[in-house]
Amino acid sequence: MSSINTLQDEIVSEFEILGDDRESTIFYIMELGEKLPQFPADEQKDENLIKGCQSKVWLIADEENGKVRYFADSNTDITKGLISLLIRVLDNRSPEEIIQADLNFIDRIGMGSIIGSQRSNGLASMIQQMKRYALAYQTKLNA
Amino acid sequence: MSFDLEKIRGLFPVLHQEVHGRPLVYFDNAATTQKPQAVLDALRNYYEHDNSNIHRGAHTLADRATRHYEATREKVKDFINSRESAEVIFTKGTTESINLVAQTFGRKFIGKDDEIIISTMEHHSNIVPWQMLCEEKGAKLRVIPIQENGEIIFEEFEKLLNPKTKLVSIVHASNALGTINPVKKIIQAAHEIGAKVLLDGAQSTSHLEIDVQELDCDFLAFSAHKLYGPTGLGVLYGKREILEEMPPFLGGGEMIKEVSFEKTTYNEIPFKFEAGTPNIADVIAFGQALDFIQSLGKKQIKAHEDELLSYANQLTKDIKGFIPVGTAADKVSVLSFNIQGMHPFDVGQMLDARGIAVRTGHHCTQPLMHRFGIEGTVRASFAVYNTKSEIENMAEGIAKIARIKNK
Repeated sequence: MSSINTLQDEIVSEFEILGDDRESTIFYIMELGEKLPQFPADEQKDENLIKGCQSKVWLIADEENGKVRYFADSNTDITKGLISLLIRVLDNRSPEEIIQADLNFIDRIGMGSIIGSQRSNGLASMIQQMKRYALAYQTKLNA
Repeated sequence: MSFDLEKIRGLFPVLHQEVHGRPLVYFDNAATTQKPQAVLDALRNYYEHDNSNIHRGAHTLADRATRHYEATREKVKDFINSRESAEVIFTKGTTESINLVAQTFGRKFIGKDDEIIISTMEHHSNIVPWQMLCEEKGAKLRVIPIQENGEIIFEEFEKLLNPKTKLVSIVHASNALGTINPVKKIIQAAHEIGAKVLLDGAQSTSHLEIDVQELDCDFLAFSAHKLYGPTGLGVLYGKREILEEMPPFLGGGEMIKEVSFEKTTYNEIPFKFEAGTPNIADVIAFGQALDFIQSLGKKQIKAHEDELLSYANQLTKDIKGFIPVGTAADKVSVLSFNIQGMHPFDVGQMLDARGIAVRTGHHCTQPLMHRFGIEGTVRASFAVYNTKSEIENMAEGIAKIARIKNK
């Protein structure tokens, strides 16, 4: 499995191919969202909502052989695309890797200007919540 | 001024820029309109040459500032055809104008078990002040229902009217749907049972000719920034006899006649309601915005905007997955819609990628959105400087976005 940084480089080069065309970039983010695995309908409950997001984002995590698995969904396609990028980078890794991950691809892509400040705040909340889950599993695994 | 669209666009510096490498298309005019150069010049000119506190000044600058400030009040009087300029009160905006009425007229004249009527399509600023008042006074808020096309059901309004109705506060043109309400009929019916009527004119004053005497409304609230003027400024029109009966809103300078520690007597209208140093620069600049509108005339403006709206309707109606929200027969230039299977915020962001500015969400009309069973809409709203080619650009964008989920 590729390292977090290799995956980040991959994502950055994918976005570089799209160039400055804002419309294609947004469409691409939406397409990424379509690839998110089906999210269990009964998990679409308020307690799984990420606070600080304007749109609805449900995120759950599970532990599998010492690795953290993430499952997410959203009621908007662009947000689904954003969370799918995060899952691509962070899913199925040890809690330590996730906690220490420096997600520089977001700035390298210039995501802030692509999605605007409202959504950037939401994206930061998603990362925070993913790291919180990792921290919780780390505590549990070390207990 | 004759209607020369290129010339009109030339008056608005902000329009001439690119967003994400595309020419800006500004379709968020119901939120706020852009400002012509004359408004910007007036702001600068005031601070560069005339800055001074108004009224009671013995010096030349104070006199000049006062004359310019009061000149705008005269212009507003002409703009809405009130009987006298003393019936024109400057506020922070529509929201403050409505709150002023709620806190003064409302507190004095609305009591326990009295009723206030609003409609389903009100902006939160014409709901919450009345809820606050009703809670304080034990009064009741009644709501006129609407039809599927976004028009009020007039017969239901008539049924709500009764001797306990003290006030009808209704939006003249809906910000979320564009519906123009039959306000003249509403005012007549309300007056027959002795109720007063407040019109929320935030969305109507830039499009429709407003004659408060002909309408016979008791209050009219609107904002300068939706009329090509500066932000942070609004107007409350009220009939003299009612304004005189109303207690003051805020206490402070300007609004007093005489103050002693035992007793304060209040100034005449409109000053009774303009406590403190007002927004002098913006009031003066607003005069230029009104001149701009009057130079074109509302008839020409409305005709142009109607043409844009009908062109937008025509280009979007057959797009697969396009769902218009609000299809009243009589509308101002607002195209509210959803795209099947897509969130309005995504649609807004995708249009922004084409340089097109629209608003998305509930438009501060959550009860209205609930009525339609939706979370929000995408709203494109057109102003005097918009063009048919901009509409074509948007329709092309919408079609492209709609195809994603509606193949």
